[in-house]
Amino acid sequence: MNPLEWAGARPGPAFAVTFDGREIEALPGQTVAAALWAAGVRSWRTTRGEGRPRGVLCGIGVCFDCLVTVNDRPNQRACLVPLRPGDAIRTQEGTGHHD
Amino acid sequence: MRLTCDVVIVGAGMVGAACALYASRAGLDVIVVDRGPVAGGTTGAGEGNLLVSDKEPGPELELALLSARLWTELADDLGDLFEYEAKGGVVVAAAAAELAALDRLADGQRAAGVRAEAVDADRLRDLEPYLAPGLAGGFFYPQDAQVMPTLAAAHLLRVSGARLSAGRTVTGVLRGADGAVRGVRTDRGDLHAPAVVNAAGTWGGELAALAGVRLPVLPRRGFVLVTEPLPRRVRHKVYAADYVADVASDSAALQTSPVVEGTAAGPVLIGASRERVGFDRSFALPVVRALAAGATRLFPFLSDVRAVRAYLGFRPYLPDHLPAIGPDLRAPGLLHACGHEGAGIGLATGTGQLIARVLSGQAPELDLTPFAPERFTEEAV
Ligand SMILES: Cc1cc2nc3c(=O)[nH]c(=O)nc-3n(C[C@H](O)[C@H](O)[C@H](O)COP(=O)(O)OP(=O)(O)OC[C@H]3O[C@@H](n4cnc5c(N)ncnc54)[C@H](O)[C@@H]3O)c2cc1C
Ligand code: FES
Repeated sequence: MNPLEWAGARPGPAFAVTFDGREIEALPGQTVAAALWAAGVRSWRTTRGEGRPRGVLCGIGVCFDCLVTVNDRPNQRACLVPLRPGDAIRTQEGTGHHD
Repeated sequence: MRLTCDVVIVGAGMVGAACALYASRAGLDVIVVDRGPVAGGTTGAGEGNLLVSDKEPGPELELALLSARLWTELADDLGDLFEYEAKGGVVVAAAAAELAALDRLADGQRAAGVRAEAVDADRLRDLEPYLAPGLAGGFFYPQDAQVMPTLAAAHLLRVSGARLSAGRTVTGVLRGADGAVRGVRTDRGDLHAPAVVNAAGTWGGELAALAGVRLPVLPRRGFVLVTEPLPRRVRHKVYAADYVADVASDSAALQTSPVVEGTAAGPVLIGASRERVGFDRSFALPVVRALAAGATRLFPFLSDVRAVRAYLGFRPYLPDHLPAIGPDLRAPGLLHACGHEGAGIGLATGTGQLIARVLSGQAPELDLTPFAPERFTEEAV
């Protein structure tokens, strides 16, 4: 069953954002992590040391495992940042900063 | 766990771990007790700079130089495990008067065996490409280094082979009819030993009180601001000249002076505030703001960098800013190794070695008189 039904939630109309250039759907108030999960994406960052895949761990903003680049700004916590129409989410490699 | 040993060390922070390592190496059977986990005190709530640069000539500097040498020895085998980096320190001055003060400090330090190289204003950015323009100059201290304190405490304890009893609170110090220390009472039974080392950090005064002696250790709060992980942009430990004055200051009021360092994991750590507000753990936005402002003055690129969190810790300080190291004549068998204020990571190795020497009846490498735990008894309580 869809979790929206469990919660009796009636969000406003969906809008489009992109993940690595591919269009995915998001709902008003949804976080980056939630939208990515709904689109079947579980990892969106690779670790700085060994390039291992990372996604949500704690889901509540504590662990910083879910870091992601949104609108060119790296190191944002996917589990906290709410999406707005047109946001561009990108897989983050390493620190997300290029030198 | 056998309940007797040669020495009980109270506190599994950096200092307790170093005491355990050197005491075990001296052939002693050691039990380390901590009411929490390893590095759950100030060791897990500070930074890991091993500095000679910020110390005025005197007993603390001598201890820092001894400690720096011992850290290098340990790093040969273990350095990678606790992120030891012999990165060197850079102290910068914004104006000519500050630079002159640094110059005088460096002169005195050199006489004590510190290496300090003057760096002209136009060469500063060869050392640190992202430093703000327009600084008056600075000094480079190649002996300054860095570790990750929690890892260092854990690995020193591990290689020491000492028995560790975590989650066990010391509630009393056992003393015989002759007054000599016989071990400790804990919430999980007694531990018997002819020697007890007080490595309880900021709580060292309470531990001393359990043995019936006074040691006025008090907390000096410090915040650290942590940035998002970055590529290596800050190469050395970098701080501003006013930091040295703040460290030595007696003021209870808030002091902040920028101290910036990169870490092996990527985040940049920004310190350092000093306040005497007891054990108040509440978040203080004005303090953290001042830290951020100071750091961006040194490294303008930081203004576009995200701070992801802040944490705080309580430095254990004694009124004359020197630690208490050595036997307590008021309670035979009790030794103190606490009160290292903002330098307990750096000074841990030397402290551990001095304590081990005393425990095994050898002459310590430094004169312990300036660190004598009884030195405060004359004062009003
Ligand atoms: C913000 C900040 C930045 C710092 N930066 C640096 C730095 O860059 N370089 C540096 O060298 N130092 C730095 N310091 C200082 C350094 O962290 C401390 O001096 C050092 O950690 C003290 O170590 P310790 O082992 O004495 O104490 P702690 O790590 O506090 O260990 C004491 C232990 O004793 C235990 N204990 C206490 N009472 C009892 C009891 N009754 N029974 C059982 N266990 C007990 C506690 O649980 C604790 O684990 C900084 C400190 C702060 C706050
Ligand atoms: S999942 Fe832990 S901070 Fe986002």
